[in-house]
Amino acid sequence: MQKIMVAVKRVVDYNVRVRVKPDGSGVVTDGVKMSINPFDEIALEEALRIRERGEAEEVIVVSIGASDCQQQLRTGLAMGADRAILVETGDRLEPLAAAQVLLKLIERESPELVILGKQAIDDDNSQTGQMLAALWDRPQATFASKLELTDGKATVTREVDAGLEVIEVDLPAVVTTDLRLNEPRYVKLPDIMKAKKKPLDTVPLADLGVGTDAQFKITNYAPPEQRQKGIMVEDVAGLVKALKDKGLV
Amino acid sequence: MSKILIIAEHDGTSLNPATAKTLSCALDFKADSVDIAVFAASGEAVAKQAAALTGVNRVLQIDNAANEHPLAAVLAPQVARLAADYTHVLGPSTTFGKDLMPRVAALLGVGQLSDIMEVRGSHEFRRPIYAGNAVITVEAPSDRTLVATVRVASYQAAAEGGSAKVEALSVDAQLPDHTRFGELRGGSSDRPDLQSAARVVSGGRALGSAEKFELIFGLADKIGAAVGASRAAVDAGYVPNELQVGQTGKIIAPELYIAIGISGAIQHLTGIKDAGTIVAINKDGEAPIFEVADIGLVGDLFQIIPELEAALG
Ligand SMILES: Cc1cc2nc3c(=O)[nH]c(=O)nc-3n(C[C@H](O)[C@H](O)[C@H](O)COP(=O)(O)OP(=O)(O)OC[C@H]3O[C@@H](n4cnc5c(N)ncnc54)[C@H](O)[C@@H]3O)c2cc1C
Ligand SMILES: Nc1ncnc2c1ncn2[C@@H]1O[C@H](COP(=O)(O)O)[C@@H](O)[C@H]1O
Repeated sequence: MQKIMVAVKRVVDYNVRVRVKPDGSGVVTDGVKMSINPFDEIALEEALRIRERGEAEEVIVVSIGASDCQQQLRTGLAMGADRAILVETGDRLEPLAAAQVLLKLIERESPELVILGKQAIDDDNSQTGQMLAALWDRPQATFASKLELTDGKATVTREVDAGLEVIEVDLPAVVTTDLRLNEPRYVKLPDIMKAKKKPLDTVPLADLGVGTDAQFKITNYAPPEQRQKGIMVEDVAGLVKALKDKGLV
Repeated sequence: MSKILIIAEHDGTSLNPATAKTLSCALDFKADSVDIAVFAASGEAVAKQAAALTGVNRVLQIDNAANEHPLAAVLAPQVARLAADYTHVLGPSTTFGKDLMPRVAALLGVGQLSDIMEVRGSHEFRRPIYAGNAVITVEAPSDRTLVATVRVASYQAAAEGGSAKVEALSVDAQLPDHTRFGELRGGSSDRPDLQSAARVVSGGRALGSAEKFELIFGLADKIGAAVGASRAAVDAGYVPNELQVGQTGKIIAPELYIAIGISGAIQHLTGIKDAGTIVAINKDGEAPIFEVADIGLVGDLFQIIPELEAALG
C-alpha cells in the first residue's frame, strides 16, 4: 500500500501524578512532562514495522493541537515517520471534532490504513478511532494486539473482555492499538538530528472548516475520593484474623 | 421527557451482567421509560433475561443473521435507526460498548460521553479522567440525543423480578459487508467472571512465570475467587489479556481484592478503587499499593501463599 496515517496526541506523561487545581477549574499541566500518548507510540511503531517489511511506502504522523505538539511530531519523525502534519488550534477538541479533522486529512492524503491509539490517557475517552471510521464509512478494528495485511485486507486480533477476537476488514480501514501490539523502539540521538530535516507541515484548523464548539460542558474538576489507609498485619495469622473480623472468609 | 434505550451485551445465549449494571445507571435518570435492545441472530433467550430485569419497559428483539457476532460496523447503523425514538442511548463501558457507542454517536452526528460514574440529572454526570486522578462534572446538551457509556463498576446489577414485554422488530438499515467475524479465542473457564466476581485474587510481575502464577489460581480456587493480573504479568505472558485489571484493562469492584506481588501503579489502582476491601501482599513495605490497602502484609509471596492456603483450611 501507499500510505499509512498515524494520529498522535500530546498528553501529560503517564508517569506524572496528575493533580486537580485547588479551585476545581482544571488539572495542573503547567511545567509537567508531556509525551506522545503511549498508545499512539504503539500505533506509530506498528506503521513503521509495516513499512519496514515493505508493505507500505510512506508513514505520515499527524497531530491536532497547539504549536507545542510539534515536539511530539518531531519525536515521531525521529522514530521513523516520513513526514508530519500539525493541525494547529488553541481549542480543546472533543473526539467527534478530532475525528472530523482526521477525516479532512484522509481526504487530502488518501491513506489505505489509519492507526490511532485505543484511548488517550488524559481524557480516557476511547472514541476518536471509532468515530473516524463511522464518518469515513469504513471498517474499524479497535483494541488491536495483532495486525496482518494481505491483498487489500487486514486480519486483526482484538483484545476484548472475553479474550481475543479475530476479525477481517477490507482496506482502507481504521485500526486502534492495544498495549500488546508491539513494543515501541527508543529514539536514538542521530535520528533526532535527522528528523529535523524531515517535512513538518502546519495547517491552521480554520482552513479545514471544522468547528470546535464543545458539546459537553465541564463544570467542575474534583480530586477522586481517597481510600483510607488501612492496617498492617504481621503475619498470615494476622491476615486471616483481619479477614475473619470483616466477615470476608 | 426522557426515554432511554440500552444496548444489551450478550454472547448469544446469556445476557452479560454489564447490561443489568447499565440498567441501574439508567434508572438513576428517573426517565419516563427504559427499553433494552437485543441484537442477535436469534435473541429469544437473551431477550427473556433482559425482560426479567426490574425497571424495564420494553425489550426490543432485533433478529438478523448479520447480528450473530457483535461487530460495531454492523450494529451501529441499526442502533442509530432506533435512536430516533429516544433521548438517551446507553451501553456498558466494556470492550463491547466502547467499540460500538462512539460509532453510533458519530452516525448521529453527536458527541459521546464515556464512563458515567454518577448521574446528577438527565443531562448532568460525573466521570473519571486521567486514570481516575480527577473526576469531572459534565453537562450534556439537552437538544440532541445523548449517547453514553456507563462505568459498570460504579453500579450494582439491577434486580430480577420484572416482566417487560418483548417485541420482535426488524430494523431497516443498510449493513456493510466490509467487516467479517473470524473467531473468538476465549479463556473460557469454570472460574468466576472477573468483572462480576465478589472476590478477586490478582498477581503481578513478581510471580515470575506462568508456572508460578498457578499459585494465584490455587489460592483463588480455594476461596472461590476470580483471577486478575497487572499489566506487567500480562505483558510477560503469565496470563491472557482478559485478566488485566486497570485503567486500560478491566475496572472492577469486588467485595474483596487481594493484590499479590503488585506494586500499585496508578494505572492499576484506578481499576480497583471501588473494591470493598483491598488486601496487599508485597515484599517491599514501601510499595504504593499499601497506601490504598485496607490490610497489608509485607513478605515473600512464595512463602505467604502456601501458608495462607493452609490457614484457610
Ligand atoms: C498506557 C499505560 C497503560 C497501563 N495500563 C495498565 C493497566 O490497565 N493495568 C496495570 O496493572 N498496569 C497498567 N500499566 C502499567 C503500570 O504502569 C505498571 O507498570 C504495572 O502495573 C506494574 O505491574 P506490577 O505491579 O505487576 O509490576 P512491578 O511494578 O514490577 O511490581 C512488582 C512488585 O512485586 C513485588 N515483589 C517482587 N518479588 C516479590 C515477592 N517474592 N513477594 C512479594 N512481592 C514481591 C515488588 O516489591 C513490586 O512491588 C499501564 C501503563 C501504561 C503506560
Ligand atoms: N488531538 C489529537 N491529535 C492527534 N490524535 C488524536 C487527538 N485526539 C485523539 N487522537 C487519536 O485518537 C486516539 C483516541 O483518543 P480518545 O478518543 O480521545 O481516547 C488517540 O490515541 C489518538 O491516536
